[in-house]
Amino acid sequence: MASLIACPHCGPRPKEEFTVRGDAGITRPAPDAGEDAWYAYVYLRDNPRGRHKEHWHHTSGCRRWLVVERDTMTHAIYTVTDASAEGETA
Amino acid sequence: MSSYRLSKGGRIDRAKPLDFTFDGKPMQGFAGDTLASALLANGRQLVGRSFKYHRPRGILTAGAAEPNALVTIGEGGRTEANTRATLVELYSGLTAKSQNRWPSVDFDLGAVNSLLSPFLSAGFYYKTFMWPAAFWEKVYEPIVRKAAGLGRATYQPDPDSYEKCWAHCDLLVIGAGPSGLAAALTAGRAGARVILADEGFEAGGSLLSETTPIGGKSASDLLAQTLAELADMPNVRIFSRTTVFGWYDGNVFGAVESVQKNTTTVNPNRPVERIWRIAAKQAILASGAEERPLVFGGNDIPGVMMASAMRSYLNRQAIAPGKSTVIFTNDASGYATAADLEAAGLEITAIVDSRPDAARTWTGKARILPGAVIVDANGGKSLKGVTVLSNGRPETISADALGMSGGWSPIIHLACHRGAKPLWSDAKAAFLAPETQEGLTVGGAAAGIGSIDACLADGAGKAASALHVLGFSNAAAAFAEKADTATVSKPLWRIHGSKGKAFVDYQNDVHLKDLGLAVSEGYGHVELAKRYTTNGMATDQGKLSNINAIGILAEARKVSPADVGTTTFRPFYTPLSFGALTGASKGKHFQPVRKSPLHDWAKKNGAVFVETGLWYRSSWFPKAGETTWRESVDREVLNVRKNAGICDVSTLGKIEIFGKDAAEFLNRIYCNAFLKLPIGKARYGLMLREDGMIYDDGTTSRLGETHFFMTTTTAYAAGVMNHLEFCAQALWPDLDVQFSSSTDQWAQIAVAGPKSRMILQTLVDEDMSDAAFPFLGAKEVSLCGGTLTGRLFRISFSGELAYELAVPAGYGEAIADAIMEAGKPHGICPYGVEALGVMRIEKGHVTHSEINGTVIPSDLGFAKMVSAAKPDFIGKAMLSREGLMTEDRLSLVGVKPLDPATTFKTGSHILSDGAVPSLENDQGYVSSSCYSPNLGSTIGLALVKHGPKRHGEHVTVWNDLKNEYTKAVLCSPVFFDPENGKLHG
Repeated sequence: MASLIACPHCGPRPKEEFTVRGDAGITRPAPDAGEDAWYAYVYLRDNPRGRHKEHWHHTSGCRRWLVVERDTMTHAIYTVTDASAEGETA
Repeated sequence: MSSYRLSKGGRIDRAKPLDFTFDGKPMQGFAGDTLASALLANGRQLVGRSFKYHRPRGILTAGAAEPNALVTIGEGGRTEANTRATLVELYSGLTAKSQNRWPSVDFDLGAVNSLLSPFLSAGFYYKTFMWPAAFWEKVYEPIVRKAAGLGRATYQPDPDSYEKCWAHCDLLVIGAGPSGLAAALTAGRAGARVILADEGFEAGGSLLSETTPIGGKSASDLLAQTLAELADMPNVRIFSRTTVFGWYDGNVFGAVESVQKNTTTVNPNRPVERIWRIAAKQAILASGAEERPLVFGGNDIPGVMMASAMRSYLNRQAIAPGKSTVIFTNDASGYATAADLEAAGLEITAIVDSRPDAARTWTGKARILPGAVIVDANGGKSLKGVTVLSNGRPETISADALGMSGGWSPIIHLACHRGAKPLWSDAKAAFLAPETQEGLTVGGAAAGIGSIDACLADGAGKAASALHVLGFSNAAAAFAEKADTATVSKPLWRIHGSKGKAFVDYQNDVHLKDLGLAVSEGYGHVELAKRYTTNGMATDQGKLSNINAIGILAEARKVSPADVGTTTFRPFYTPLSFGALTGASKGKHFQPVRKSPLHDWAKKNGAVFVETGLWYRSSWFPKAGETTWRESVDREVLNVRKNAGICDVSTLGKIEIFGKDAAEFLNRIYCNAFLKLPIGKARYGLMLREDGMIYDDGTTSRLGETHFFMTTTTAYAAGVMNHLEFCAQALWPDLDVQFSSSTDQWAQIAVAGPKSRMILQTLVDEDMSDAAFPFLGAKEVSLCGGTLTGRLFRISFSGELAYELAVPAGYGEAIADAIMEAGKPHGICPYGVEALGVMRIEKGHVTHSEINGTVIPSDLGFAKMVSAAKPDFIGKAMLSREGLMTEDRLSLVGVKPLDPATTFKTGSHILSDGAVPSLENDQGYVSSSCYSPNLGSTIGLALVKHGPKRHGEHVTVWNDLKNEYTKAVLCSPVFFDPENGKLHG
């Protein structure tokens, strides 16, 4: 993992300040979306080689949840955005 | 031993003698010495025994690659094993000991291994110790372990401190040799922020031992002028004694600085070592090159040394390697050493040059043997002479020192730490790293450049280019371009016809035949050969040996080194101490203590504390005469139920929640309804995970229209906060809701028991009557006649009439004292988490013993709390899964022994009456248990199949670990005051 993550609020900060949650490419389904959609949301995760979007929490910083798009192979970070700006819907 | 100090010369300060000891023997060196040079000055060539064969070994190099001169430095807790004597800066009072020898380095019984060497060849572990299997652990391994090895670590704690820091720069220059200095100078002049790091205690690299003038200046003048100019630049930081050990993602470099390793008088206020993480926009790797040893018989006899090391010791520390030196070389470097030795008045008996067309420019006295090789060095604990094969004829030459040079290998470790593969260059006869990678450029000798003036030019030019990338358009190379005048010879991977052992990997005792064996047995692939022979696996990571091993494998397989490839370079470049890696994270800095604002209050009331996570919580408060914890806890419980008790609940997580959508947010977070919670009321809330399992519980109070106050369990305080933030920011960013953790801002005190109201009323200004402040009331109150504002909650974990009073943390102790004082006439007592636990079990209240990640609300009797009306909340969708709806889920019940004289333990399993004890018949387990002084019996909460339907059923509580069986009965989990009469009292 990259040594530094460029928090959109705090600037480049050491990765130790952050906590990873996992895949940010999934969207919380509607309550009535059905079993399959909920099963996929709660349990199924891809493990891609290459570009991957993840939720990272700037736990020891601004405490914002971020979406970090990074390369799981090269560890390069492409983009870091605030999770609220990702257009996620409930 | 015949190395000695010359009467003049060198860069040592002869006015500053330094006393040290080696294996207890007092010796003296000078400021400017390394331990290695000081040992050589004292005639000490033999400094250690080899790993496997216990062969006598001497100092081979003058730098980080040293495989032989590993010594143990220091005493007591400062003992540091496997330290390379070549990198230890000599200091007064230094104590060094040799390793892997018994009884002494001069007379080592382990040397008998040399006689056994036919049995100790590569792969001998796998072949020799095949059977009997039981012998491995009991016989073979202890013997092998005892015989082979390095230094021993101390068991005493390290008294020193270490730290970790960050540094930032435009250009990091790794290595302060010619190309590094030129790079730093170029960048410094351009105004860039520069860090120049070098592992040595003196910057300069090869300039320190160079005698040939460079551009009309002596190397030492050039060095002095450059360092002076750099020192005057405020934008340049020079980190000496600092090894850059790794290149990491984001162009962050790891480096370790030796701050106080060169003294016996350690300042306790400063670290002895410091780990730097250097965030560099650009970096130049100017780590230089490593001279290759030559592989001939006896190439490990003390007295055999790398030619460049010999030159370094001569020119830096005025060390003569011996009375008569022979040089064995296949390139120009050997001649530079020979020339300097002769200039110092020392005798060179011969220069053995494997090249037939050798050195026509040699003007020295020594005779040259062109096209000749040394097949064997002779001697035991010291070199006696060499056997040369010249034009097919053997000749014996006596010598007590041998300098060897097999050409140069660029030091490219760091450039390969992030996945780049070294590439074989036929032109340079060496493996090179890609010259530029994003953020890192390799320069100078590390890029395969040979002559010093070309290195200066290369470092300067590459720094200028790197700075142009950063927008320093004014950057101009500090040294003009120069062509590399150094010639590259064909590598000489091995000498044929040696009688003695020809070592490839000195530290792991891998010799030529081992590699041959690997190839002939099918382990010729570089990665297989490494593991089969252990070549390159020692603490030096094959700095000297890997290249020769690759060459030898290539020769044996009749392919190019390019086809053999290299093993992978990984951090760290050189070994790091555990102390440095640990940094400040030890003891209480690793696991700090969290103290409640009421800690001192509890302490002065005699609390016994228990660690829960980082917190210290008061467990119970023993009174004089009480001899067991149970006596204290029973008394506390009975007193709370009869009179009143006061308990510190400050460690519970506390979160202030604000925003016009705060109620809607909580409604989605909890499985029960919160939207219509009235102002001034608290409500018990159950928080689920998205998979439907209960995550945490607690009370949340509405203090205003847009202000809620949430409490969490102590253990999940941080987790719940993260969860709330995730939900608010990532799931529902459209909701207006904000959080602030206030766990440490409030001292929170539970006052429980029938007399709690009358006690608290003496402090609370407002009316606390049941009508004015009923159960689940929550509001801000005025205290002590308006002198303080606090928060009062009528909530109860004990099942008694009870309150929790929160006051700003700094007032906690005073308020607790005041409550104790007011309660004295009413018999108040402090109680701890043990009594709290007993009372909650008596009432069937759950904690994380029951909320263990496998239970859903209905398992704990909370089915009715789950809102059916709410369209959505975290966990709602998954809660309706088939598997969570089944009848036989483990559900909460009470359990108590039929005979109150018997007992059972938490974790025991429940069996139906008469069932055979087996997991097949398992009905569930006891999740919590205690002794209830009110019931006069052990009681427990259990998660049992069909639990609530089985009240009254006789069961067996089974503890297979202790082989205990207790006859018991399942019952309601509420053991005490089931009508809640006391709660509403």
